[in-house]
Amino acid sequence: MLTRVAAGGLMLSSLLLSACSDEPKVEEKAAPYEAAQARDVISHYADLALAGYSDALAQARELQTTINTLLDSPDEENLAAARAAWRDARVPYMQTEVFRFGNSVVDEWEGQVNAWPLDEGLIDYVDDSYQAVMGNPGARANIIASESLTIGEQRLDLTDLNADLLASLNELGGSEANVATGYHAIEFLLWGQDLNGTEAGAGERPATDFALGEEATGGNNERRRAYLQVVTDLLISDLETMVAVWQPEQENYRAELLADTPENGLRKMLFGMGSLSLGELAGERMKVALAAHSPEDEHDCFSDNTHFSHFYNGKGIQNVYLGEYQQVNGETLSGPSLSDLVAANDPAVDSQLKQAFEASEAALQALVDSANNGVHFDQLIAPGNAQGAATVNAAIDSLVTQTTGIEKAALVLNIQALNPDTADHEF
Amino acid sequence: MRYLLPTLPLIALLAACDSGPTFTEAEPGEHLSAGEATVTKTDHNAFSLPLANLSPSRRLDFSVGNSFFRNPWVIAPASTDARDGLGPLFNTNACQNCHIKDGRGHPPGPDAKQAVSMLVRLSVPAGEADDLTQSGLLPEPHYGGQFQDAAIPGIEPEGRVRVDYEPVVMTFADGHEVSLRKPKLTFSNLAYGEMHPATLFSARIAPPVIGLGLLESISDKDLLAHADPEDDDGDGISGRANLVWDRATETTRIGRFGWKAGQPSLRQQNAEAFANDMGLTSHLVPTDSCAPSQTECLALPHGGVPEVSDSILDNVTFYTRNLAVPARRNVGDPQVLAGKTLFFQANCQGCHVPSYTTAAEAAEPELANQTIRPYTDLLLHDMGPGLADGRPEFLANGQEWRTPPLWGIGLTEAVNGHTQLLHDGRARNLMEAILWHDGEAAASRDQVLTFDAEQRAALLAFLNSL
Repeated sequence: MLTRVAAGGLMLSSLLLSACSDEPKVEEKAAPYEAAQARDVISHYADLALAGYSDALAQARELQTTINTLLDSPDEENLAAARAAWRDARVPYMQTEVFRFGNSVVDEWEGQVNAWPLDEGLIDYVDDSYQAVMGNPGARANIIASESLTIGEQRLDLTDLNADLLASLNELGGSEANVATGYHAIEFLLWGQDLNGTEAGAGERPATDFALGEEATGGNNERRRAYLQVVTDLLISDLETMVAVWQPEQENYRAELLADTPENGLRKMLFGMGSLSLGELAGERMKVALAAHSPEDEHDCFSDNTHFSHFYNGKGIQNVYLGEYQQVNGETLSGPSLSDLVAANDPAVDSQLKQAFEASEAALQALVDSANNGVHFDQLIAPGNAQGAATVNAAIDSLVTQTTGIEKAALVLNIQALNPDTADHEF
Repeated sequence: MRYLLPTLPLIALLAACDSGPTFTEAEPGEHLSAGEATVTKTDHNAFSLPLANLSPSRRLDFSVGNSFFRNPWVIAPASTDARDGLGPLFNTNACQNCHIKDGRGHPPGPDAKQAVSMLVRLSVPAGEADDLTQSGLLPEPHYGGQFQDAAIPGIEPEGRVRVDYEPVVMTFADGHEVSLRKPKLTFSNLAYGEMHPATLFSARIAPPVIGLGLLESISDKDLLAHADPEDDDGDGISGRANLVWDRATETTRIGRFGWKAGQPSLRQQNAEAFANDMGLTSHLVPTDSCAPSQTECLALPHGGVPEVSDSILDNVTFYTRNLAVPARRNVGDPQVLAGKTLFFQANCQGCHVPSYTTAAEAAEPELANQTIRPYTDLLLHDMGPGLADGRPEFLANGQEWRTPPLWGIGLTEAVNGHTQLLHDGRARNLMEAILWHDGEAAASRDQVLTFDAEQRAALLAFLNSL
């Protein structure tokens, strides 16, 4: 506790000093690493991001190919292939989520790509049992079935389903549940609602929802097909944007990050790891779903792919610490790491954190194993499933331990305020 | 390091000048509205971030609370049994529907079936013999203390409310005219009979929920230091604290939250909102919002006892306690500083008190010992007949309102896409809100009415930098 208060005091005094004089004289302990060494770590972090988003882009293109085949011949086999490609596309993408936190350029981009949870009634037909938030004009908008949408005094023309229109409908009317684009919109289109609650089974949309002519089901199939194509195209162009953000030798965010102080770069890395580990993965994506026993709070709720989503989130966190990433082609990219910097100063903290990563990986693997044995995440969180709750709680606990370890590692590197918001903003 | 905490140079400035201070440069750290807890986002998510000094390992409950704040509650019985029990009567089904993006609600459009982010409180005049120690008012006998325009299947919503407006013109000294709009409520489809003929109505917009834990952490002593109930200093401003019932300690305490400071703590504020706005019972507020005569309402199935478990109430309270306040923008801009000078010249800071240091003991360590700049005294002030709802609440009479904090107000448009302000959203922008000030604030408003176009722009630039 004492350490925390002292840290806060130090931060405030440095802010005051910098505000009072033109040339801030911040009293600093010497950084426990060479600046050049830290820059190599940050540069490799950017390489990891580049490799991750490049893989995500390549897999999204594979997904697009399978979707085109599905639309050419909408049968169950092609639908299954598209679903498999969607699952594969999640493997690299979920490992990139650790870059979202700490790098606002990613966070601001992410909403259009991976926002969740979504009110699926915005996009397409839903079951009568569907529950939506009140005051959300988009909750039952059913874009696929509607040529226009009235929001207050504004009438939106939905005749032409294009990327700009669909992107503009995200967070429509201020409701975060309005998600019209990204992985989860595609997921909903490929799977449909999971109406099994906390029982076994995922969404069961028939391939004929994409058919034309006599066998067509669902209604408005031309528009459903167009919708799927448009959001898939948009996903690819968004991922192209993010790949460009991390390309070396360009005037881009990567260049800004590398030009910033090493301390800020390391802070962003550690903050991203800690934020995904605890608030997002352990909190929003697991503890909430478990506390509410609600498949509505499940991350990949249409496809029941949540176990892999969580597992690869966890993988991404340790990738950043270890400076490693196993690419889709099987090769491992490795280089200078946070682990190197921490180990050079305090080997015990480094080894404890590595152990914590191993433990959390095993705990998240248990979710995967359970799914492989037919008990998916939405069944683990069912009311009364004590064993399921124990499995999920073990994963949450392992992430809590891991996050404490991340904070200790930050202190070893003399990074007191683990918050990217404190250092890099000018007023 | 503690000894480096700043003492405000403001006091020195005030003492140095007679007609109010002149500001020519920003104070050290002035942009940090919430001290170390300040965040820097300025877009539509500006109100949705945890305190900047809340470390990652402290954000688990924040995330959980965020989810329960955001996601809809459902009708009991349901498979999502942790989040069922909505209604029977309610105004909305999720906190976020009214505190949109953790920001501000708005009055309903002309055709809205439900008002959602605006609600109407009801009561009837109390007599000498009525004991109001715990309730602060007498609820309307058939509709209770709040009008609920939504209901689960099986019973009727209480009715519909619409808002119409009539214009009120104000004129500046230089001839510039501003047309204000005065709201008038109309009720229809009343499902539970006629209302009591003497019913008192108070329309309320959901306020932003930023920085609430910091406001809760201002000590009673610091808060009371600004009170002047008998206006002993003769400046026409006589702020007083509301004294309200605290359900947890079963005592009367200072009220801090709500448009009339009717709630003593954030936890109770949340529990009351769960009960009255969503029909969800909790340990603190164990009964649904059915009036005694609404027998069908009382008979419908509930979602457990209580519907909001203690842990969910804790998580939502942790969330609302730890939502950060965004940093100010352009604090050193000459126009902003000129506006700040005018703000002081008009004595706006007499109620919109700029800054405090939060207490050393707070609900969470991150909230303690922070220099914050909320621009409120959290006290009740008579705001004149124009704004009056005529509906008392504990000590607050029908003309009194709690000074609302101004921090973050310049980001209302960015977060909520509108600038409808004041308790019922009648003001369509900041200047209209200023011009509605009357009563204790009449002198300040009259000063503003003397401002020319340049001064008005400067004052607004200052407010928009908050």
